[in-house]
Parts: sequence; C-alpha cells; structure tokens
Amino acid sequence: MTERVVRVASGQGFWGDSLDAPRQQVENGPVDYLMLDYLAEVTMSILQKQKERDPTMGYARDFVGAMDSVLEAVTERGVRVIANAGGVNPPACATAIQGVAKKRGKSLRIGVVTGDDLLPRLNELVEQGHALAHMETGEPLETVRDRVLSANAYIGSKPIVEALSRKAQVVITGRSTDTALTMAPIRFEYGWKDTDYDRLAAGIVAGHILECGAQSSGGNCQYDWRNIPDLANVGYPIADAYEDGSFVVTKHPNTGGRVSVQTVSEQLVYEMGDPHGYITPDVIADFSTIRIEDAGPDRVRVFGIKGYAPTDKLKVSIAYKSGYKAVGTLVYSWPDALEKAQLADRILRERLERLGLRFDEILTEFVGASATHGPLAGDAGRNAPEIQLRVGVRSDDRATVERFTREIAPLVLNGPPGVTGFAGGRPKVEEIVAYWPALIDKTVVQTHVEIV
Amino acid sequence: MKVRLLDIAHARSGDKGDTANVGVIANRPEWFPLIARELTQARVTQHFAGMIEGEVDRFELPNLNALNFLLHGALGGGGTLSLKTDAQGKVYSTALLRMMLDVPDAEARALGLPSA
Repeated sequence: MTERVVRVASGQGFWGDSLDAPRQQVENGPVDYLMLDYLAEVTMSILQKQKERDPTMGYARDFVGAMDSVLEAVTERGVRVIANAGGVNPPACATAIQGVAKKRGKSLRIGVVTGDDLLPRLNELVEQGHALAHMETGEPLETVRDRVLSANAYIGSKPIVEALSRKAQVVITGRSTDTALTMAPIRFEYGWKDTDYDRLAAGIVAGHILECGAQSSGGNCQYDWRNIPDLANVGYPIADAYEDGSFVVTKHPNTGGRVSVQTVSEQLVYEMGDPHGYITPDVIADFSTIRIEDAGPDRVRVFGIKGYAPTDKLKVSIAYKSGYKAVGTLVYSWPDALEKAQLADRILRERLERLGLRFDEILTEFVGASATHGPLAGDAGRNAPEIQLRVGVRSDDRATVERFTREIAPLVLNGPPGVTGFAGGRPKVEEIVAYWPALIDKTVVQTHVEIV
Repeated sequence: MKVRLLDIAHARSGDKGDTANVGVIANRPEWFPLIARELTQARVTQHFAGMIEGEVDRFELPNLNALNFLLHGALGGGGTLSLKTDAQGKVYSTALLRMMLDVPDAEARALGLPSA
C-alpha cells in the first residue's frame, strides 16, 4: 500500500510574478492543488485605490489570465485552485473568473471568502474601544485615521477549508495569510482539527516555503548560485504533504532550478522574526523545531515541527497616506566618478537650502560605491567606471517635493563634468502609502464563505 | 587565520516594517558552532554600525545550522516610506557575509575552512 499524499503546487509568489508559472505547474506533472499568492503588504492599498475609481476592480487582475491558462486542469482533471487574488473585492474577482469560464463554455464552482475587510467598520471599531495601536510604535490609530486607505485582518485557513468542503473548485480570498493558502487544502484533505497544533504548524511551514514562488526552488539563492541549472525554465516548488504533517518539497522533473537543503533553508529564514513563535491565526509554529533532510534529487524532507495554541488576536494590515516622495538620479563617469557625484550632491543640497525647501528626510546614495553596503563597502567607488548619484526626498508638502524634482536636471549643465543618465526626464512625485500593523480581537472578525 | 563569512555561510534577508532580518546558514553543519560562537549580538551590532538605527536581536536555529538577526531601524521607515535603494532589506544578507572572522590556525585546519 502506498502512503497517501496531497500535492500542493505554488504558482505565484507575489502580484508581478511569472505569468507562465501557474500553467506550468498544472501541465508539467500531477498536482492536487494550485496555490497562488498575490498579496504583499502594500498591495491592498493599491487595490483599494483601484476599487475607488471603479467598483468592479480591486483584485489582482493577473489571476484572470492565470485561471484562463489552468481552466482545463481545473474542470477536466480536478485540480483545485486557492488564491488570495480577491484583494479588497473578492466577489468582483469571482465574477471575472466566472466570465472567463463561461467564455470557454465551462462552469466553475467558486468559493468566495469575505470578512477580512475592516475598512467599512473602522470608525465603529475605534469607537468600540479597539485602539488598533501600531505594533511597533504603540501609537493609537486615531493619529492617522482620517488618512486610512485600507484595513484588512489577516484571516486563517478555516474559511478556505469550509469552501473546499462545500466543493469549491476555486477558492478566492482577500487578505488571507499567505501560509494558509497552502495549509488549508492539506488540513482539509486530512481532516486536521483546531487542536492538531503540530500538524497545523507543519502545514504553516509548508506554506512559508511555498509562498514566495521559486524562491525556494533555486531563485534568488545565494548558495552555489552559479551552478543552479536553467533558471530560465525554473520549476516552482511543490509540497508533497503526508497525514502526519511531514512533507517533501520538490518540483516537476525536467524543469530548471534546484530544490536542496540549502535552497529550502534560505527560504525558511526569509522574513523571519522570532523563530520560536511564528504567529498565525490558526497556530503558533516553532521554527526552531523544523527538521530538514535531503531525500533525493530535488527532494527535501521537512518534519518534526512543533506547534502551539494560537493567540486570541488577528493581525490587521492598515495602509494610510503619509506625504510624498521623489527620487532623482544622475550618472557620473570615470575619472573620479565618486568625487564628482559627491560634489553634485553638495551643490544640490545647497540649492535646496537656498530655496528654503524643508524636507522630512533627504537621503543621498552613491550607487556603485556604497548604496547597499554603506561603510562596509570601503573604497569600492574610488576607481569605479561610473557612479550613480541617487537623491531621495520626503515631505508632507507636495509642492516642496515637486520643486526638488526640478533641481536635478540643471546639474547636467551647471555641475561637475562627465555626467549622463538623465534620459528619463524629471523624477516623478509619488504619494506615499505607509503601512500600519495592528492587532484586533479575533471575535470581532467574522469570515463568510459564499459559493458562486 | 582570516576566514571570510561569505566562504563558509550563505544568507537571505527580508523586511518586516522598519526591521530587516538576516538569516545566515552554515555551508556545512560542522561549521555552525564556529559561526554561532563568532557572530555574537555585539559583533553583528558593530558590523552594521552606521547602517542601522536600532538594536540587533539574535536567535539561534541549530536545527537549520542557522542564526537569525533582526536589525531594527534598518530600512529608513520601511517599505514604501523608505528612500533607500534597498528599501526591503534584500541585500543586508550579503552585507553580513562581508564579515571577516579570526579563527585559530589549528581550528581552521581541523574544520577545513577556506582561507580568505
């Protein structure tokens, strides 16, 4: 008798990831579930702005093309898709997906998970005494409430499990945790209970490994990067999950990239906080208990994970308007590229000073010398063939930032010599959407599943 | 003997708000104890002097032959607020791997460490 396995494939690590990955995951070999993660911290506010302009928008539009490309696998072969592509408008996303299916003469059962969006309830919640204090600074939300663009609670696996148990072929959520998208189908298949903490934690670890797409199958991997094969045809990761919570990370044969202890370990430490307490709505996972071993070519076995009862809070991701910024660049060439860029920076700052412009922050970086490694880079820029001067400013006053964007170009004619790289024109003024993480009582957030 | 961390470990970094994390993993399990001994909280704090504004937290993950560091105040306000090229702390990982370690010759030989 062969041991039962549930195969969950990752086809998207963020909105902007490979358009081909979802199709390749369902066509290059057998999978049971396709997991697509579209949401990053700032994505919700962008989607909220789109919804304000057009009430039928507010979801990750790439998902429509992705569903078109996997429609046959879903309707003919029974692959089920779970995506947080719903953004701030899961029902509209479902309507768009139904449209794609209809055009191809197919019918789809879609589970739509809602309830994470707290924006319409925000004033009521604050009045009821939920401070929604900033998790790092402790400030109450009151200080920025009039500038809030979006507010979403991170919801867990249970509504996804409910949608699957109601026979949804596609499950669309809003701000579900990235890890729940993977854990939910495994949990559903094996019938894990709320208190199966170790197994739920294992599912969360599988989700953490899969949630960034090919970042666990050879992409962006520091270890032995020169020898990772065929990244142009990289295979996205797949979790072969077993009933006891253990799983094997792998990828389809005849694809590029690599799944090794090293590629998986790098993903495990990515965006890690305190490894003893990786907090999710379903369970607290202890990353210090993860065991990992080589299980053959492009196969890594992960097991032994401990989990603990979840907290009574949910994390809330709030986005709010926070002033304006602009970044301008010029390129200075050898000889003495760095010195020229440094002189240009001094001239620019003196001009801004004389114009009486006040900024909350001015940041100068010398790309090619020290921009990313700071003082650790030593004298790297001294003989550089070119150095990019990169100056950013930030202010609450749009006009001040606007004025700055007009002071970079003149340096081409009235600053140091050997300068180029201004083809892009004046820098753009961008409105800043800042991130406000907070906690809220779990009891306040009720999720809802609708099958359409 | 001088040993460059880059030659004995690999790393990945990312962001959480204004905090960057750097996970550093020994290239060979037998090299982990040395890395854990050398990469103290104080040493990493000193390494990133002038690059971060807050404290450094250090966590051990011997199960992964790894350490995790949280660099607070590393990202100029974090995410969208930041004016930095590396606004999400993606390459603090390689910045850490620049570190040079002083390892007694006998120990370095016994562990087969590559000399910098």
